[in-house]
Amino acid sequence: MVENRPFLTFFSHATLILGVVAVAFPLYVTFVASTLTLEQILEVPMSLLPGDQLIANYSQVLLAGSHKGSAAPVATMMMNSLIMALMISVGKIAISIIASFAIVFFRFPLRNFFFWMIFITLMLPVEVRIIPTFKVVSDLGMLNSYAGLTIPLIASATATFLFRQFFLTIPDELAEAARIDGAGPMRFFFDVVLPLSKTSIAALFVIQFIYGWNQYLWPLLITSDESMYTTVIGIKRMIVGSDAANEWHLVMATAILALLPPALVVVLMQKWFVKGLVETEK
Amino acid sequence: MEKRVVFRSAWLPYALLAPQILVTVVFFFWPAFQAVWFSFQLQDAFGLNTEFVGLQNFAELFRDSRYLESFKVTAVFSLLVAFFGLAISLVLATMADRVLRGALAYKTLLIWPYAVAPAVAGVLWAFLFAPSIGIITYVLKGWGVDWNWIIHGDQAMLLVVIASVWKQISYNFLFFLAGLQSIPKSLIEAAAIDGAGPGRRFWTIVFPLLSPTTFFLLVVNIVYAFFDTFGVIDATTQGGPAQATQILVYKVYHDGVKSADLGGSSAQSVVLMAIVILLTVVQFRFVERKVNY
Repeated sequence: MVENRPFLTFFSHATLILGVVAVAFPLYVTFVASTLTLEQILEVPMSLLPGDQLIANYSQVLLAGSHKGSAAPVATMMMNSLIMALMISVGKIAISIIASFAIVFFRFPLRNFFFWMIFITLMLPVEVRIIPTFKVVSDLGMLNSYAGLTIPLIASATATFLFRQFFLTIPDELAEAARIDGAGPMRFFFDVVLPLSKTSIAALFVIQFIYGWNQYLWPLLITSDESMYTTVIGIKRMIVGSDAANEWHLVMATAILALLPPALVVVLMQKWFVKGLVETEK
Repeated sequence: MEKRVVFRSAWLPYALLAPQILVTVVFFFWPAFQAVWFSFQLQDAFGLNTEFVGLQNFAELFRDSRYLESFKVTAVFSLLVAFFGLAISLVLATMADRVLRGALAYKTLLIWPYAVAPAVAGVLWAFLFAPSIGIITYVLKGWGVDWNWIIHGDQAMLLVVIASVWKQISYNFLFFLAGLQSIPKSLIEAAAIDGAGPGRRFWTIVFPLLSPTTFFLLVVNIVYAFFDTFGVIDATTQGGPAQATQILVYKVYHDGVKSADLGGSSAQSVVLMAIVILLTVVQFRFVERKVNY
């Protein structure tokens, strides 16, 4: 600190505390609502202290789903979300790391052409090609399947860039030494490049896991079968009408279950999360 | 930058690139090409006949007052999201950069909303603001505000802006904090010795030096408001009431999926693609050059 200004320090803390409280308020109310009965929520204003329905509400949604909207159990949805998040994050990392390895450590015709092809995908988010992509997936018979949920999303320009940037910093001497010792390119990849990339992989994994878990538009389009819903879609399907018509206690319990896993990943792997966020945007 | 030492193989690099290229061709380039192709065609209501109509879909689009309205809604929405998202997180980051005690705790408590899906963020705020049972609605009614976003368009807009900003603050906060921490302390100290107070130092030194970060975040936030807020809108207002919150992306989805207007929706997709390309070019040109003083 440059100088000691007690009032300014007090003001800073006050602002930060206000920010933290304002940010946490919706989460707190959601949690409280998930521990009340529907009648208690509909009493305006609802209580701001947790009730005693925690176990009842959560076991209801996890094992049986809601009454009015989707009746699929949320445990199945969470499993779908987990599979989707893992397949997307692992798939993105796997196909991007080998693609950048090829681009950085080989010279071959059309190298730049392929690099630009991957780059251009940045400019084609799902949102701008909704209908034709849906048609492709439907023609390939991949609706309502894990393959359909994940494969169209695993191409990744950002991951390819990140690995490319990192590979360019690996000293030439390492590749040279490997070549002199008679190691082929794949041996070099598995024994040298992969171990060196561990931190980049961890950072990317955190970001892509959250990305995969939170997908909305894509699963909304291609899953019509309740057993393939992800948790985020499940919430949307539980909201049947507006306002008082919904089973808010169950919707709120599902919302907590939908945000808990990615929030835990962010908080527990904060170091990797920050690194991944900053580096993927370079 | 290029490597001096490389491996040689006639087939291996192609094999390594194959999965990524295959996915991009099948799920990115082919659909994008089809979107452009469909945008020049007119389909009858049953999808039996298609006719090549050139630019007619685009001409109709820009004559359609509802499409122009959606442009306006998107502009207002993204400016509000970007402005409040940046302003609030800049204040918080400046404060967090100042305090010594509890800095890590504040950071942890401010970054978790990044992990919340946009659709879930929408549901959380829609519940707080629900017209008859919402807890914030209750407070607002106590103050005499007639709060019902299902009927009032401007209140619906406010709701989706709040939910979208809330989710994005953590991202902006992290980048501002990193930007602030990279400003050399010697500059601030020199200004302090010359008698500049904290406010003066912020506006004449910190804020200008932060301009690359701010500009980068501005572009990122506009892209976020254009595309990633689809979930917020679909889970809350669904573009209503009377299209007051129907941003361009939502309209593509609505016209293409719900109204099955293939030509019109594809023409909208093509316009959106042009906007993304423009934003990406702006981002790369300026961010690479680092806007600075």
